[in-house]
Amino acid sequence: MSDKQVISFELNGECVEFLCEPRQTLLEVLRDTLHLTGSKEGCSNGNCGACTVLLDGRPVVSCLVLAVECEDARVRTIESVACDGALDEVQSAFLEGAALQCGICTPGFIVQAEALLDANPNPSEDDIRFYLAGNLCRCTGYDKIVRAVQSAAEKRREATAAG
Amino acid sequence: MHAFEYSAPHSLSDAVSLLSQANGNAKLLAGGTDLIDQMRTGRFRPALVIDVKKLAELNLLEFDSDGLHVGAAVTCYRIYDEPDIANDYTALADACHIIGGVQIQSRASMGGNLCNSGPAADSTPAMIALGGHCVIVGPGETRQVPVEDFCTAPGKNVLERGELLAEILFPPRPANSGSHYRRLIPRNEMDIAVVGVGASVELDEDKQTIKSARVALGAVAPTPLFAKDVSESLAGKSATDETFAAAGEAARQIVSPIDDMRGTADYRKHITGVLVKRVLAAATARARGETINYKAGRD
Ligand SMILES: Cc1cc2nc3c(=O)[nH]c(=O)nc-3n(C[C@H](O)[C@H](O)[C@H](O)COP(=O)(O)OP(=O)(O)OC[C@H]3O[C@@H](n4cnc5c(N)ncnc54)[C@H](O)[C@@H]3O)c2cc1C
Ligand code: FES
Ligand code: FES
Repeated sequence: MSDKQVISFELNGECVEFLCEPRQTLLEVLRDTLHLTGSKEGCSNGNCGACTVLLDGRPVVSCLVLAVECEDARVRTIESVACDGALDEVQSAFLEGAALQCGICTPGFIVQAEALLDANPNPSEDDIRFYLAGNLCRCTGYDKIVRAVQSAAEKRREATAAG
Repeated sequence: MHAFEYSAPHSLSDAVSLLSQANGNAKLLAGGTDLIDQMRTGRFRPALVIDVKKLAELNLLEFDSDGLHVGAAVTCYRIYDEPDIANDYTALADACHIIGGVQIQSRASMGGNLCNSGPAADSTPAMIALGGHCVIVGPGETRQVPVEDFCTAPGKNVLERGELLAEILFPPRPANSGSHYRRLIPRNEMDIAVVGVGASVELDEDKQTIKSARVALGAVAPTPLFAKDVSESLAGKSATDETFAAAGEAARQIVSPIDDMRGTADYRKHITGVLVKRVLAAATARARGETINYKAGRD
């Protein structure tokens, strides 16, 4: 077995340090070492998007990133989306619009939607479907997810306009 | 996953010596979107994984008098976010938009797509159409190989032990030129090409006659193919639908596809003809400065 290494990165705004083996993925370390179990493991091969996190601001599937690659990086997970226990616009819209059933895909969809709205505050339905194409859902049929993202985008634009 | 050592060198010479000393028991890691799954499933069990993302040369994305330098570790989103590439090397941006979803595009690199050497790799036909050359660095002399000669069999390429792909160099784009890459997949997103076609067209000043063209085909042979004769036969022809259809017909004759769950060999042959015709028409329209009715990854 290869030796464990000390890795440190910024996780949800705080510096964390942990021991890991090179073979451990970021997803494994987040869930098993750092006990942040919001990011889900759906497929472990990059196809389902349930493990999506933001790495240096870009959405990535954390099952295809080694934790050792993240030395000094900035990692944001689903756990950082709510602020002081208050759900943000995307989370509220998913809840209000019943955009989830079993919920396994939801953290990934929400993180991916956050990345979309950061890059494009006014996405068309087509933009949303395209941006979320790397996230799979076995339950909802996607329409409610797309509606929730549209509604969150609208709420966020209103909030920005209101200053 | 099996246990391995990890190293992330900062200099190209360190990377080459690590690779050379590993006696074939090392793998290079760029975005990991192919390699990490290949290690997880046990297909590859390297003792050492060498991360190339910290090498400045492999992150280069720049234009100079030689053309466009694309470092091997440059990711898909960096390609399509660069307006000059989207405008002038459009086929490459088209391909990058449809490799996986957005999360994959954050990590997947140009060098990884080429070095994984899959017959259906989407960026490879685009690179061939744009006349790309692989710049290969190793223990010996740096050498250049045209992209069409890089892959030798599924999963195999010309890299010798100790060598790595440093960059892909594209010549400057001629006046009145345009390019396009498109594939057919059973779904709208996130699938492997049944057939993929890349083409670049250069028109005469009258914009009616083809001065030169390059057509490349993916997923229809053990390696991505440069359709050399088809390309050469287009020079001097008028840029019309009949010409494009004839090129499509000629392209059907040179492919050797397989039957699999995504399509039969006959279907792939048929689609080759259809796509070559459409992609040539789109590249020509772009060469004339027209916008085409195509949104990358959305049809
Ligand atoms: C969900 C999903 C969807 C995908 N969809 C597509 C798709 O639509 N189209 C498509 O073409 N591909 C697709 N892929 C495959 C993959 O994303 C691409 O092939 C990608 O470009 C690989 O790049 P990478 O940087 O991740 O490579 P890595 O996985 O890091 O490396 C791939 C291979 O290349 C070698 N390598 C990497 N860099 C170098 C170098 N500089 N010199 C020599 N060897 C090197 C590695 O050792 C390894 O063997 C998909 C993958 C996933 C997981
Ligand atoms: S668990 Fe990472 S993409 Fe499915
Ligand atoms: S809600 Fe069950 S997979 Fe999406």
